[in-house]
Amino acid sequence: MVDDDDDCERMTPSRRAVLGAAGALFAWSFVPKFAYAAAGSRDPRFLLVVLRGALDGLSAVPPLGDPDYAGLREGIALTQDGPDAALPLDGFFYLHPAMPNLARLYAAGQASVVHAAATGYRERSHFDGQDVLESGQAGPGKTESGWLNRLIAHLPAGEGISRKGVLGVGVVPPLVVRGEAPVLGWAPPRMARAGSDLIQRLEDLYGQRDPGLARALAQAKLTEEIARRQGMSGEAKGGGGPDSADGMKRIAEGAAALVGADDGPRIAALAFEGWDTHANEGGAKGRLAQLLGGLDGALATFEQGLKPVWKDTVVMVVTEFGRTARVNGTVGTDHGTGTVAFLVGGAVKGGRMIVDWPGLKPEQLHEQRDLKPTADIRAVAKGVVADLFGISGPVLAEKVFPGSGGIGPMAGLVG
Amino acid sequence: MASPSVLRSDSVGLQRFGLGFGLGQTPEIRGPARERLLAEIARRTLPQPTGMPYSGTAEIGAALYAFEDAERAAREARPAAGQPVAAAPPAAPNGQNPAGQNPMAQPKPASEPALPYRTYRDEVSARVRLALEAETGFGERLVQFWSNHFCIGATKSNMTRIMAGAYEREAIRPHVFGRFEDMLVAAESHPAMLEFLDNRLSIGPSSPAGKRRGRGLNENLAREILELHTLGVSGGYAQVDVTNLARIITGWTVVGREAVLGFPGSFAFNAGLHEPGAQVLLGKPYGQPGKEKGLAALTDLARHPATADFIAIKLVRHFVADDPPPALVRDLSAVFRKTEGDLAAVSRALIESDAAWGAEPTKIRSPQEFLLAAFRALGRKAEFGAIVGPLNAMGQPFWQPAGPNGYPDGNDAWASPEGIKTRIDVAAGWGRQAAASVPDPRALTEAILGPLLSAETWQAVARADSKPQALALMLLSPEFQRR
Repeated sequence: MVDDDDDCERMTPSRRAVLGAAGALFAWSFVPKFAYAAAGSRDPRFLLVVLRGALDGLSAVPPLGDPDYAGLREGIALTQDGPDAALPLDGFFYLHPAMPNLARLYAAGQASVVHAAATGYRERSHFDGQDVLESGQAGPGKTESGWLNRLIAHLPAGEGISRKGVLGVGVVPPLVVRGEAPVLGWAPPRMARAGSDLIQRLEDLYGQRDPGLARALAQAKLTEEIARRQGMSGEAKGGGGPDSADGMKRIAEGAAALVGADDGPRIAALAFEGWDTHANEGGAKGRLAQLLGGLDGALATFEQGLKPVWKDTVVMVVTEFGRTARVNGTVGTDHGTGTVAFLVGGAVKGGRMIVDWPGLKPEQLHEQRDLKPTADIRAVAKGVVADLFGISGPVLAEKVFPGSGGIGPMAGLVG
Repeated sequence: MASPSVLRSDSVGLQRFGLGFGLGQTPEIRGPARERLLAEIARRTLPQPTGMPYSGTAEIGAALYAFEDAERAAREARPAAGQPVAAAPPAAPNGQNPAGQNPMAQPKPASEPALPYRTYRDEVSARVRLALEAETGFGERLVQFWSNHFCIGATKSNMTRIMAGAYEREAIRPHVFGRFEDMLVAAESHPAMLEFLDNRLSIGPSSPAGKRRGRGLNENLAREILELHTLGVSGGYAQVDVTNLARIITGWTVVGREAVLGFPGSFAFNAGLHEPGAQVLLGKPYGQPGKEKGLAALTDLARHPATADFIAIKLVRHFVADDPPPALVRDLSAVFRKTEGDLAAVSRALIESDAAWGAEPTKIRSPQEFLLAAFRALGRKAEFGAIVGPLNAMGQPFWQPAGPNGYPDGNDAWASPEGIKTRIDVAAGWGRQAAASVPDPRALTEAILGPLLSAETWQAVARADSKPQALALMLLSPEFQRR
């Protein structure tokens, strides 16, 4: 099948740079189609996974080489040997044993870990933290739109990508996709689908009476079309929610099928829940281990479901902030600051720990309690989307991550 | 005879503050609607759900411990086979058996859910029954609002699952037209909350138990009290206030199965876990003995001006508009302050405000509101199996928000493409199920929507190709969806 939308997104790097600069001046709709018709470049896919509740980065990617780690972590510390040994990454950092797929992808050069990372937010409210992470703003309280939505709206190369919209997985779409640009929605179906005749009549009624509902319904229909063409059954199934391994897998399967479709969205966001491990967090086994296992399974599901386009894919896994360096009074960890972010996919220049390690001695910790952030998640996100979509620095600094001019895109994340 | 515009705004008012017109209600309920709501406030009490297997938390606690003991015994009696399975059944996605659990791990026959889920099921049904029977539903809407403000999550553990309904009955419902500080204390000292936000495990580092066991604070509940329950995130507190409030409420815990400090599963103040000495919160030292320290701190937080502002903005956002009119927020906050958190006075100010009463209906009903309004309109009964599936699908099952900030409260969350699509699927199902019992969908539409009914919706319902479709169109019409 000839898909001229595809051609729209294929660009040489040099052209990408040129258009990137022009992007702020020209709305994509005024740029003639042939301007994009350079063959041989990639048709990128970008999936953002938000872990709600604050992932404990020191357990997900423990710095076993740091002499202060074991003392801080007491009973939940991971170890280099024994039956549940952590998986080696670079000799200093290890990976939680519940994540063998991620370890494999890392070894294959298809995954990197950014450690001691955080957004610009320095308080410890989950909800403000998630707002900052997803709105892409410098601080909380600005939640009209999310940064992926604004990214789509300002894509220079984006005629095809923009028109396809950004996919927000879940009945309630994550803030990061909300905004003016088209938002597609999908969630694992739980009810029998309504007949198309009813939908048609509602389109008429909403068209006459309620533009807001009309818009939502139109977007919903679009996703359903793609899902149908992808052979997704739409059959209602039970199963766990986004805090269970089974739920994470089904969400990942659906997202991969939609994003993998020729005519599907190129950008998607989804959220997994339950990472707020205040009590009985567990070490190699236990609550956090189960969640990390679920995430690991979801990453494998992405790899499988996106196989034909995996080489052009980046999955970015982020969380609102980290947790206290020291285990708390209830064998868990309280809200902290620095944590990890994962970059996974065939387009990732992988097999690397990207870190300026701050250390774990009391005076090296943020406010003597949290892992001190030395990398800004916005720099990571900017680096990835700059390379993947050819979007310019000024647009990133002004539109996508407003007021982030002082935080340059991290270079060389995408290969 | 009232003018058409008054009739219309009364109808909007009943949907905005209540649960909509019910099958079998007479049109008189629409006027004078405002007086009806005010009379509800004046009564100051709400009915309590009836027919529950356990009357209160203490009884539930004893039953829970007995259940867990029996389960453990059953597990140990079997040869070790496979994985240990969490005792709490996950949310049943379709109203049948909770899926995904290993039937071998259940002492009960596989066809019947375990005790915590059965109790949750009965509590949800009883609670929905009250909402379906209510005249206007204003009080029930307030229960939902406050229950969400002070939310707990049933999925955290067996204890939160089995106590979720009792928590609402005991900590929320009695105080809806009472004092905010009473609701605050009732919520923060309820075993369900102490379990949900981990305070039952928090230990003062210098307490007898802290010194002996070398364990310490968990600041989860203290943080959410400040951020979500009282001052709000920009209410002017710092990390040191979080930590000190956590110290202040050490010892607020739940009686264990050994029943040392009272009935198993009920609240206890355990002095052996309490951090000794005075603590400073928001610049003020609290040196009261034992539990008094926490009560004094909560009382001050309840009366703090930031709390008044935070509650006012949440109320207006919930009932009136996603972008709350600032003047209305200021008015409610002033009433809250002046009356030291008299929630009847605050509710009255809300209903009496023309800005609240006369605003355009822009907000989409939340999934729970939609279900309750639809069940009232169709005359459906409070059957758990018919409630849980649609609410799970639409993303708002009872007492199961994703985090302690509760369910979202805006159109950007509930009027999303996927949300609307799911709503259509749900309404199509309800239309099919109710078709046999509704003689004429057009007559029902006129009765339910009354003065709100538009020509376009009327036409869509009248031209539908079947009764189920006509009913679905009524339920999905903008007039039914927005309030």
